[in-house]
Amino acid sequence: MNNAEIIKSTLKKRYAKETRFKFFGIFAITLSFLFLFIFLFDITSKSIPAFTQTYIKLDIEFLAEDMTLDEKDEYLEEEIFQASYNKIIRDAIFNLFPEVVDRNEKRVLMKMVSAGAKYDLRDLLIENKNYIKETKQIWFIADDDIDSLFKGLIDKDLPEERRRVKNNQITWVDKLQAENRIKKKFNINFLTKGDSREPEQAGILGAVIGSFYTMLVTLALSFPIAVSAAIYLEEFAPKNNWLVDLIEININNLAAVPSIVFGILGLAIYINLFGIPRSAALTGGLVLSLMTLPTIIIATRAALKSVPPSIREAALAVGASKMQMIFHHVLPLAMPSILTGSIIGMAQALGETAPLLMIGMVAFVADIPQGIMDTATVLPVQIFIWSDSPERGFIALTSAAIVALLVFLFFMNLVAIILRKKFQKRW
Amino acid sequence: MAEQKILLILLCLTFFSYYISKNKVKNLQNATNNKLNSLSNYYGYFVVICSALPAFILLAFWSFLENSLITMAVVSEFSEISSLPKDELSLVLNKITAIAENSALAQDYNQSLYIKAADLITKYQINNSYLKTITVFLVFIIGFLLSYTKIGAKFTARKKVEKTIIFFLMLSALIAILTTAGIIFSVLFESIAFFKQIPFFDFILGTHWSPQIAIREDQISSSGGFGAVPLFWGTILISLIAIIVAAPLVLISAIYLSEYASVKFKNIAKPVLEILAGIPTVVYGFFAAITIGPFMKNIADKLNQFGINFDIHLFADFTISSESAIAAGLVMGMMIMPFILSLSDDVISAVPNSLREASTAIGATKSETIWRVIFPAALPGIISSILLAISRAIGETMIVLMAAGIAANLTINPFDAVTTVTTQIVVLLTGDQEFDSVKTLSAFALALGLFIITLIFNIIALKIVRKYREQYE
Repeated sequence: MNNAEIIKSTLKKRYAKETRFKFFGIFAITLSFLFLFIFLFDITSKSIPAFTQTYIKLDIEFLAEDMTLDEKDEYLEEEIFQASYNKIIRDAIFNLFPEVVDRNEKRVLMKMVSAGAKYDLRDLLIENKNYIKETKQIWFIADDDIDSLFKGLIDKDLPEERRRVKNNQITWVDKLQAENRIKKKFNINFLTKGDSREPEQAGILGAVIGSFYTMLVTLALSFPIAVSAAIYLEEFAPKNNWLVDLIEININNLAAVPSIVFGILGLAIYINLFGIPRSAALTGGLVLSLMTLPTIIIATRAALKSVPPSIREAALAVGASKMQMIFHHVLPLAMPSILTGSIIGMAQALGETAPLLMIGMVAFVADIPQGIMDTATVLPVQIFIWSDSPERGFIALTSAAIVALLVFLFFMNLVAIILRKKFQKRW
Repeated sequence: MAEQKILLILLCLTFFSYYISKNKVKNLQNATNNKLNSLSNYYGYFVVICSALPAFILLAFWSFLENSLITMAVVSEFSEISSLPKDELSLVLNKITAIAENSALAQDYNQSLYIKAADLITKYQINNSYLKTITVFLVFIIGFLLSYTKIGAKFTARKKVEKTIIFFLMLSALIAILTTAGIIFSVLFESIAFFKQIPFFDFILGTHWSPQIAIREDQISSSGGFGAVPLFWGTILISLIAIIVAAPLVLISAIYLSEYASVKFKNIAKPVLEILAGIPTVVYGFFAAITIGPFMKNIADKLNQFGINFDIHLFADFTISSESAIAAGLVMGMMIMPFILSLSDDVISAVPNSLREASTAIGATKSETIWRVIFPAALPGIISSILLAISRAIGETMIVLMAAGIAANLTINPFDAVTTVTTQIVVLLTGDQEFDSVKTLSAFALALGLFIITLIFNIIALKIVRKYREQYE
């Protein structure tokens, strides 16, 4: 057998191998896409229930004596603020279900509306003082269990003891539905409130504001420092200098240090040594700016390098000093790429969680932070806190917060891409 | 409030000094018709650097240090306070500063000592703010006078200004070193304190981890509650699962993308897969805990029903929980996929075309070229990308924290719950703890170990990349 025959006889096998390999490639790519798809689909679909909220309509009688208010014509805001609202809400619920007489059942019945209902009612009354002594129909936020039930998230076929919602609650909800007293509305609390122990009262605004302040500190610190450092390393640093080499090695290594180690640095140095307040947006920003520095430095150096020598030489030729050449010509031309790199660095910082856990940003914060020194939490940490909560309603909230975070990240990346497409010059 | 006023006045003075210096040299130029050495605004900058810069730096340092210095001075004044133990001292100090800020509170603390101390603080604070204001402005004025008299037509203002700017640029670059030094100092000292109490080899070779059990002060900690082997094993197990899941899939994808796929498809597929790289890890953690964890538990249940028992544990009891190494490992694999993809795609594309052409010319099929020529040539780069991915996986916190559990099991059963180094660091350091307990210190020792291991992986990976690059360029 000569060579040609050997080749011919194995050719079929080799081609089959070729096809098989190509098929494997397609299979692997498809599988990767499938992962991505399942991942995003799973989280988005879990978030959908969080965007609506179940409301229950109650006929509230604003009786002054039931609200521990004195009988008079005019009330001060302070008096209304301190009035008691428990009884009028309770009475309104019991009036709807006169058949419930058992004490234990009554207690369950009271919990149909959210524990925060009284505060909502208080705020409503402060706005509309004329409601006192009248009877009004008011929509209240339902409790999270009722909310899950009404949205169909609870399997009614399960045996009663394995269900969070009992049989009598189901009949009550059916009755409310028959009377048109229960409905779903857009969940405005999710966008306008801070954290809460009750899923139906919890929102992401506090975390979003906290993230905003933290990012502000991060940007204000890391951008100028990183750009200056990059200019020095790229333009002024002497070659073959041990200090400069050390800086370069450090920057490369810092980019690969696990994020949690930066959190430990923040805990040991910022909080314990410098006494910067725990849990504040300032501390978070300080830690994250250290993490963002290498990213921006590396991006800036690449951007400075890409400005062609002709620009530099032209500037020098008309008599600019090196400093003037860099600050008047090179830096403005490199700026779009620098900004792109910075936005990508900021997007990474926005999603960072672990180091912030170390510096105490994991605390429960119901108030919306007013400044960088206030106790705050950030969006990813809020996601972590909620995902740890046992209440069922928090699963949807967590997913919705994730969707919000991903939307923010998407827009940041979009801006980066547009900047790159629109302003970046190819020399 | 005082600081804000000082700041405002300083700012006005800065602008003022800039303009009169600029005018001075301009008039000089007009009067004598001498050419200036630098552009006139550089003289302004020079005066600002000499006057305002030291004043601002002084103000910043003074404001940063004043409170702790004042309290230190007050404490040393009262022997009753300075003799208190450390934790009580901070409590008392909080009360005193509260009284100093709000004298109405004095009635609540009916102790003359506190009130006396608070009065002293107030006195010091008033004196301090006078002293601060005077010194800051004095520094400004001296700097201004010295520099203003110095500037003239021959004065090389631009050079001096540029030197100062270069100095500040260098200072910014030094922050990278400072950060590394900060990391090393913050973990090293606490780790040394830890190893003074727990022998080094108990930590590194011990197989029992239960730091949550409080250790009494008089107890000799030989109970072995600080054996870190289960943690490092958990980390390795999860990283291994992640690599086994991700590496083959991604490598074949990368080869397909760079060798078979059309440019159009590649330009769509690569960015889409890189979306995964931009997703925060807490999102992966949530996915692992809520979706993959229960799914894996179901699979393990089913396997048990069919009689395939995963009961191959070494030390721990076998339980199927929704927290498992495999759930965390699978999702971790998803997380590192884009990482390996973009790195290995780069090295595969970097293999010179001449190699491909030579192989095709002697009659090899495309897949033979890939396996026998391109893959070996790209192997060092691929290995280094995998090493970098492993280092990523080892340092990853959120996924394992949310999906792997906190039970320190030494097991090779992937359906079991394990814990990792990073998880334990978070568990030990969140919440309120006294800072010098062994429990807290152990977290720093773990962080030191983590830092060293990831550093080694990175250095090896970078070394391989560098060596490989030399081959073709």
